[in-house]
Amino acid sequence: MASLTIRNLRKSFGVVEVLKGVDLEANTGEFIALVGPSGCGKSTLLAMIAGLETVTSGEIYIGDRLVNSVQPKDRDIAMVFQSYALYPTMTVKENMAFGMESRGVPRAEQEKTIARVAALLQIEPFLKRKPGQLSGGQRQRVAMGRALVRDPELFLFDEPLSNLDAKLRVDMRTEIKKLHQRIGKTTIYVTHDQVEAMTLASRIAVMHQGEVQQFADPDTVYNRPANTFVAGFMGSPSMNFIDAEITTSGGAPAVNFPLSGGGVASLPLYNGVADRAQSKKVILGIRPEHLSRQSPNNTGRQGIATMSALVEVVEPTGAETMAVLKFGDREVVGRFSPDEAPKTGENMPLAVDMTRACLFDPATTRLI
Amino acid sequence: MAEVAAPAAAFDREAAVASRRRLWTRVVIYGLLTVFSLIYIVPLIVVVMNSFRDQIEIAQNGLIAIPRSFRLDAWFQAWDTYCIAGTCEGMKRNFFNSLWMTIPATIISTLLGALNGYVLSKWRFPGSELLFTMVLLGVFMPGQIALMPWAFILGNLGLSNSVNGLVLIHVVQGLSFTTLFCRNYYVNVPDDLVKAARIDGAGFWRIFYKIILPISPPILIVTVIWQFTGIWNEYLFGVVFTSGAQQPITSALVALTAGGQTATAYDVMSAAVLIGALPPLLVYFFGGKYFVRGLTQGAIK
Repeated sequence: MASLTIRNLRKSFGVVEVLKGVDLEANTGEFIALVGPSGCGKSTLLAMIAGLETVTSGEIYIGDRLVNSVQPKDRDIAMVFQSYALYPTMTVKENMAFGMESRGVPRAEQEKTIARVAALLQIEPFLKRKPGQLSGGQRQRVAMGRALVRDPELFLFDEPLSNLDAKLRVDMRTEIKKLHQRIGKTTIYVTHDQVEAMTLASRIAVMHQGEVQQFADPDTVYNRPANTFVAGFMGSPSMNFIDAEITTSGGAPAVNFPLSGGGVASLPLYNGVADRAQSKKVILGIRPEHLSRQSPNNTGRQGIATMSALVEVVEPTGAETMAVLKFGDREVVGRFSPDEAPKTGENMPLAVDMTRACLFDPATTRLI
Repeated sequence: MAEVAAPAAAFDREAAVASRRRLWTRVVIYGLLTVFSLIYIVPLIVVVMNSFRDQIEIAQNGLIAIPRSFRLDAWFQAWDTYCIAGTCEGMKRNFFNSLWMTIPATIISTLLGALNGYVLSKWRFPGSELLFTMVLLGVFMPGQIALMPWAFILGNLGLSNSVNGLVLIHVVQGLSFTTLFCRNYYVNVPDDLVKAARIDGAGFWRIFYKIILPISPPILIVTVIWQFTGIWNEYLFGVVFTSGAQQPITSALVALTAGGQTATAYDVMSAAVLIGALPPLLVYFFGGKYFVRGLTQGAIK
């Protein structure tokens, strides 16, 4: 059963169209991440689901109820805000009780619910404090607690971790995942951080310029990105894009692109992708981790192409080392384990995993 | 030792020059401040002293002189028995008129201003910015422009020559300011608070009472002080629309000078002026620091 169904949803502010026909669906218990760069419309979409923004056209169903003109309080949702939006003059407990009071929940039941949620989130010690007396992470928990005291059809999160420092963000990410596994509520989670989307979501909707570019599970979004935007946005460092041409050398299809010094690299293609291409010209997409140093145990394998490239910059991060390589006049980033890391100026022998490579149509930027 | 001593001596000379310069700067600053504070405080001192001096002594030694007598008679007279235009009741009735005008007008205009500010910042609607601009015009509009319309309105409402009429005038005339103050304060209150409360099931009024008003004391104190002193000290509307026993104290003070009596009673006038000035002075005295703090402080984040 679907907890949330969105059909051809549009939103305009005056002449500016911020959502251009969004279709989305969340099954009960699913964790959906809306991800995209700022200004892509993801927060507007969430506000429309919450009922905080009006619908220009299209339909929003929560459960099987059309909620286009239903008040936020009657939509059976709970929301966590980026700024936490805790009521500054109320204690933590009063913050959590406010919604239940508004809905006329009996006091005894309020107490019971607050006790249960406070235990779940380990915020019992702060119940009597004001938000101003809490740290960022504690406020974050209280904000989630305020949402959890309700037992809604839908949880909405609006970039809840972006005000936390890097370490706390990773911890809270894990907590949110655990929490979702425990309570199993349908969740819509807005973020601009593709790592958060990948780690948390059961399905990811990648948004750009008011449109959903791809709506699929994290594995598909990462390995079979629908277009160059999704490919470039998901993954850090980004996928490398190389203008190339399809050729047939000795009956086997391959892509060619020029190398510095007049040479041409020719990498074989697999999975019948060459037959699907509309034109000879394509964009070859290779993720940094699909480049590695040639060694006896990878060169012989099926689907591994070999070439060599000049190493321009080496950036060790500890666990892995990034290197900027020259493919002709293009710069390409590779991700290597430290023991196979190149040195600056080296002409590095590379093994390219062509089974994982993506081809895009240069005219439409779509995956071939 | 020699190497250490030489630079130390050079350092000392420079330090001495610097500290002398600093001293002179201080002298100039404090000198100027003293002059200006005297300009403000000397008239007050003169009036306070005259209110305790004997009228005969004032006539002999002049208005500005060291007191040689100390009496409270002028205060009692000014409060209770002094005759203005044939009525010998002192200023007490006018004092209470002012109080019954200022307190309700302050409370009502502040609450309405808070409500306006809440709507104009958190419940915007098409045209609300235009409406705010029009409300702002009232801030720059001199009161005398509204004299004729008010005369017409008060006449039609049957509120001419009444304290209630003045309350109505001051509530309406003050709305521009109170709306401006509160709206600018609430604009800095995060919208997410209101959104969260709406999802929590709170409506327009519950959000106002439970969330907006509790974070408003800094701006409400500013507004109340501003309105209280402004309305108390207001004079034009009082003179134009009330007379005799209905007048607020500022207007009655004028009648005191135009008494047409034999000798000008400087002692009683001084006491009367002080009675008229006490409430705003007390408000500033007790609320002044909150006023400054509230004006400079942003919203609660």
